Amino acid sequence: MKVKITIDDKIYEVDQETNLLEACLSLEMDLPYFCWHPELGSVAACRQCAIIKYKDDDDEKGKLVMACLEPVKEGMRISLQAPQAHDFRAHNIEALMINHPHDCPVCDEGGECHLQDMTVMTGHNYRRYRFNKRTHTNQYLGPFINHEMNRCIQCYRCTRFYNDYAGGKDFDVFASHDSVYFGRHEPGILENEFSGNLVEVCPTGVFTDKTFKKHFTRKWDLSNGPSICHNCSLGCNIIAGERYGSLRRIRSRYNGDVNGYFICDRGRFGYEYVNSENRICIPLKIENGESSPMPREQAVREISEITSGAKKLIGIGSPKASLESNFLLRQWVGSENFYAGIPANEGKLIRQVIKILKKGTVRTPSLSEVKGYDAVFILGEDVTNTAPMLALYLRQAAKNQPGEVAKDLKIPDWNDAATRVVVQNATGSVYIATFHATKLDEIATQSYYAHPDNIARLAYEVMAEIEGNFKDETKVEAMDNANQPLSSSIAKAMLAAKKPLIVAGTSLYSEAIVQSAAAVANALKEKGKDPGLVYVVPEVNSIGLSMLSEQFLEDAFDKTDSADATIILENDLYQRKDKSSIDAFLKYQKNIISLHYLENTTTHQANYVLPVGTFAEADGTVVSNEGRAQRFYKAHQPDNDIRSSWEWIQEIMMDKWGSASFDEIVSSMVREFPELERVQDAAPSAEFREETQKIPRETHRYSGRTAEDADKNVSEPKPPEDRNSALSYTMEGFTGVPPSAITPFYWTPGWNSVQAINKYQIEVGGELLGGNPGIRLFEPKETTDLDFSDHIPLQFSPKQDEYCGLPLYHIYGSDELSAQSPAVKERVPEAYIALNDDDALKNDIREDDMIEVSVNGEKKRFAVKLHKGISPGILGLPKGLTETAGTEFPFTATIKLISHE
Amino acid sequence: MNETLKLTLIAIGILLALLTIAAGLIWVERRMLAAWQDRYGPNRVGPFGILQVVADMIKMFFKEDWIPPFADKSVFILAPAIVMVTILLSFVIIPFAPGILVADINIGLLFFLAMSSLGAYSVVLGGWASNNKYSLLGAVRGAAQMISYEVFMGLSVMGVVIMAGSFNMTDIVLAQKNVWFFIPQFLGFVIFFIAGIAETHRLPFDIPEAESELIAGYHSEYSGMKFGMFFVGEYLGITLISALITTLFFGGWLGFGFLPPVVWFLIKMFAFILFFILLRASLPRPRYDQLMSFGWKILLPLSLLNLLVTGALVLYFT
Amino acid sequence: MFSIIRSLWLTFLHMFHKRVTIEYPEEKAPLPPRWRGRIILSRDPDGMERCVGCYLCAAACPVDCIALQATEDENGRRYPEFFRINFSRCIFCGYCEDACPTYAIQLIPDFEMGEYDRQNLVYEKEDLLIAGQGKYHGYNYYREAGVDVGVKGKGEGENEDKPVDVRTLMP
Repeated sequence: MKVKITIDDKIYEVDQETNLLEACLSLEMDLPYFCWHPELGSVAACRQCAIIKYKDDDDEKGKLVMACLEPVKEGMRISLQAPQAHDFRAHNIEALMINHPHDCPVCDEGGECHLQDMTVMTGHNYRRYRFNKRTHTNQYLGPFINHEMNRCIQCYRCTRFYNDYAGGKDFDVFASHDSVYFGRHEPGILENEFSGNLVEVCPTGVFTDKTFKKHFTRKWDLSNGPSICHNCSLGCNIIAGERYGSLRRIRSRYNGDVNGYFICDRGRFGYEYVNSENRICIPLKIENGESSPMPREQAVREISEITSGAKKLIGIGSPKASLESNFLLRQWVGSENFYAGIPANEGKLIRQVIKILKKGTVRTPSLSEVKGYDAVFILGEDVTNTAPMLALYLRQAAKNQPGEVAKDLKIPDWNDAATRVVVQNATGSVYIATFHATKLDEIATQSYYAHPDNIARLAYEVMAEIEGNFKDETKVEAMDNANQPLSSSIAKAMLAAKKPLIVAGTSLYSEAIVQSAAAVANALKEKGKDPGLVYVVPEVNSIGLSMLSEQFLEDAFDKTDSADATIILENDLYQRKDKSSIDAFLKYQKNIISLHYLENTTTHQANYVLPVGTFAEADGTVVSNEGRAQRFYKAHQPDNDIRSSWEWIQEIMMDKWGSASFDEIVSSMVREFPELERVQDAAPSAEFREETQKIPRETHRYSGRTAEDADKNVSEPKPPEDRNSALSYTMEGFTGVPPSAITPFYWTPGWNSVQAINKYQIEVGGELLGGNPGIRLFEPKETTDLDFSDHIPLQFSPKQDEYCGLPLYHIYGSDELSAQSPAVKERVPEAYIALNDDDALKNDIREDDMIEVSVNGEKKRFAVKLHKGISPGILGLPKGLTETAGTEFPFTATIKLISHE
Repeated sequence: MNETLKLTLIAIGILLALLTIAAGLIWVERRMLAAWQDRYGPNRVGPFGILQVVADMIKMFFKEDWIPPFADKSVFILAPAIVMVTILLSFVIIPFAPGILVADINIGLLFFLAMSSLGAYSVVLGGWASNNKYSLLGAVRGAAQMISYEVFMGLSVMGVVIMAGSFNMTDIVLAQKNVWFFIPQFLGFVIFFIAGIAETHRLPFDIPEAESELIAGYHSEYSGMKFGMFFVGEYLGITLISALITTLFFGGWLGFGFLPPVVWFLIKMFAFILFFILLRASLPRPRYDQLMSFGWKILLPLSLLNLLVTGALVLYFT
Repeated sequence: MFSIIRSLWLTFLHMFHKRVTIEYPEEKAPLPPRWRGRIILSRDPDGMERCVGCYLCAAACPVDCIALQATEDENGRRYPEFFRINFSRCIFCGYCEDACPTYAIQLIPDFEMGEYDRQNLVYEKEDLLIAGQGKYHGYNYYREAGVDVGVKGKGEGENEDKPVDVRTLMP
């Protein structure tokens, strides 16, 4: 509700739910602050946002208060500019600066430092304090984060984020008074998956990006692309910054619907594969095992000669490639010869998910909406490792039920300190059913470890409990109610909640889990609840790819009639399926054309390799797990032959198709696939102009234009033109707030840090001006013909000497590309095999013993790790590591002890 | 036959001499300006920097002769040629010394006035063909200025004509045997001189090409040798006006005997050229409206008065 | 009218004045030490590069003719990996020197940089770095800063207290 308040003798309308600081910032006023963060709330620790509050219209003196702890009240009168308030703020900064070191030139935060901005804003210039500065020693915090404790101004934002928000355990505040120390109890790797956000949360340079430090560039010198994180299926919005042809850093790009202010560490630090030495930069021709570079024109000519006369071509798409690249490949080879480059069991599961998204009645919330649910039931998904940001927001959802108590006490949402006193460490209803212990167990009301089939059976029991009177008698027969009383307590919790949320996914390759989750959600919906249903899928464009094709890798392998050429798009097949079947397939292909970023086993088998752009050098659209189509843009135009895959395909097919722009490709895709129609609205078209100007990728302060390439040639070339988007590769263009989908960076006068985002939002912490970017392709239907309530699987029971192999996911390692970034690589675990304690004891196996696993006659050796949570009869094998790449799950295996450690 | 050959030689001789003088003037002007501004001016190329002109000419010839794509090509090329042709043709009537002149025609002075009117075309066409707003502004200013000042120029020399009783230049020189006309026709001389500056749009009346307002006025778009023609045309103009002043008011080749007549002519002519340069060194440019009102409100009445008084006196004494 | 003639006369008289021109190659003008000529990179009193690669000079440059890349040695001491000035663009405004927080970049009284090939006006770090301290003596940025990059330890600076012991129980 809007109320009127008087600020400095002017009347404004503000939201009643907020505090005065948020209200002032939403009114675009410059009020300095440090400890407040729109996502973390107010604690009034920094004493910076002081204002004068007047009792009534006659009060001339007023009272100095902290704006962040003062709720908005109808008719109140305050002053920002009153001399007492202004002086207080200036003196406060001066006091903070007493111990702040003379580091700005070597500090990575310099130039985008909130402390710098606030110091300038309050007008503090000269140090008057004659005495010494206090110093701190730093800690090693792992490969991601650099620690420089001298710079700290004790705002407490770091612990509030790391411990309270992200659930970190290995970080805290130490010591007292002016020697307060933020760090670990001893030097070591910061374990939390969201530690990278400290870089953006810290108002100064205590925590900085260690990967960025190695190739440091100031914010104003980066050429930025509004992009989408390609490391999992959530589609978090990111900003990719480039300088001198290499990708320098990833920053979170605010999207109020998706990732909000934060991104996970895989997304933030897993970018360096883009700059890898293994990067393919020029077209290669491989003959007799020897690869030789060739000019672009020649490569295009030779490939178009091979393919134009061909009777049959095979195209293998990729869930890592954009919709446009996959679509153009499909057009090139023909729909009957286009195969989604994923195994059929995965593909069919994803198509099942799409079907539920399309036809179901239950809403699939956007990532950020997850925070609003108050009871969670997770089915089979290790969310922290398969979709990390979802885990972060599930943690927030878990705080909602205990938060009700604070609401009853009339404590507003934003009052973090008071809410925390009330809530303490209490969590709401969170039930987790997985086959092994997961990190989220710590917030779980109860965890249940079992084989996927049994997890599904639990879900069906819950469904039956929710339905109460067992609508269908046949179901009862299938059930043995083995999981009482767990299933009834879950059902009760779900029914007691205002907004229950069911989380499932494809990670265990279990159709039963996917179906049972829908069944539970449907049952809740029928009970008049407002449930949510989130499916996690494997990759960034898994949904998009599976919408384009229903043929998968096996279908391609089965076709024995040989093709004249096989085009493999942004896909390392050896990551997808076992080596022998890929080898068998590739051996019979005459001309293999691989479009990829990095050298890998597949590119080594190819006859032609074309260098294609990663998310940083390509344009495209991807569809996230919720069915949100989002555009990503090049951060820069590489000066080598790296192009978007669709640009390559277009160039090869130039004679036949002519040269179509990106927008034209999208519209021809929409003609072919009407259900993708809204993809066109995901971002402004290439013709879009703001005040007749393009949106510059570079800031107006971009430096070195006339010198950066002067070593090669002193005459500066014309900057490249971007005909595929409304963005330009230069610093010239529109300088205001651009449309949210094509915002390359945040900057407003006086606000150089990420906090400038306040001015890009309609209301602080809310929607971006012009709406949050991205378009949801699916909305829930009124009625549905989907009914999975009788797809109950059989009970899984462990067999003697035969184990079921299931994938264990690792945030660092299970994603093939991010794992090749040096910093992430340090965090990738050694390959191992996880075993239940009892199973180990039975076989006389101890921790770290070497055992041999044989799958279909193929033997591999791994060290053993004993997982307490893992259920009997199951082997856990990390997915996607170098040693385990291509393993198909679930598998049946026998084990043999090789040696004791 | 011999007579034709002689005339041809004289014509070619005068042409070459004039072009050399005009080119040399570039150096002279730079050196003199420098001298009046406490500098040295070009002093590096050749003795006293005299070969600077040669260096400049070489540069001018080798510069890209660019015609802007938006210009009217044929007119653009024609304009600088008109300057050269009209001014060089005007020299036809100048008697440098007894016998050293190209055409002794009885309408000599009228021929000069006709040619200088034609000269206005070069400015107008050059500015118009450039298709550039500054050029066009310069051209419009130039046209107005040249047409206006031609009126007073014509009127101011009428006194001389009345006194000499002829338009023929040789006759005018010979009529000054006793007294140079600048004494009886002092007002006429001053007006003619001022109008002459305006005709050649030299400083302080270089309003058509005022660089602080119009870049380079009507020849902003010109480069290479076409610009060179405008440039040399300006110095030819100075030479022409100086030669005319010498002829009309300072007794032409008439001198004091110990030097050949042509040398007397040249000495007088150079004195006026130097005065032109001195003007450039010392006077600021008036505003355009000041220039026009000065012409029409002061020079026109004065020249009419001069003509009236001269006519009356001549009638009275004869 | 009279003033015009007077100014003509006064101008004419200048012909007999002394020339102010200094005939440059034969005769050199005295340049003050703060003359803004060629740009150099200086070293600190310990003989190490002063430049810390902060990019402020590049940001201040109105013609964007400075490009550099910062890097670090094994101690974390930051220095430029490359430092390039395109003197064919430089306007010698001296903003870079003003912006430099470490006295590294300095403009010196040398301007004789003419080249026949424009490419030769691109100066790399090797061309810019001098052996001495330039105009400002005795300043070593890393002694003043809070970071420990092998120049001084934490708390060893002149205006610094010893590092806090977070485990002490003393108030």
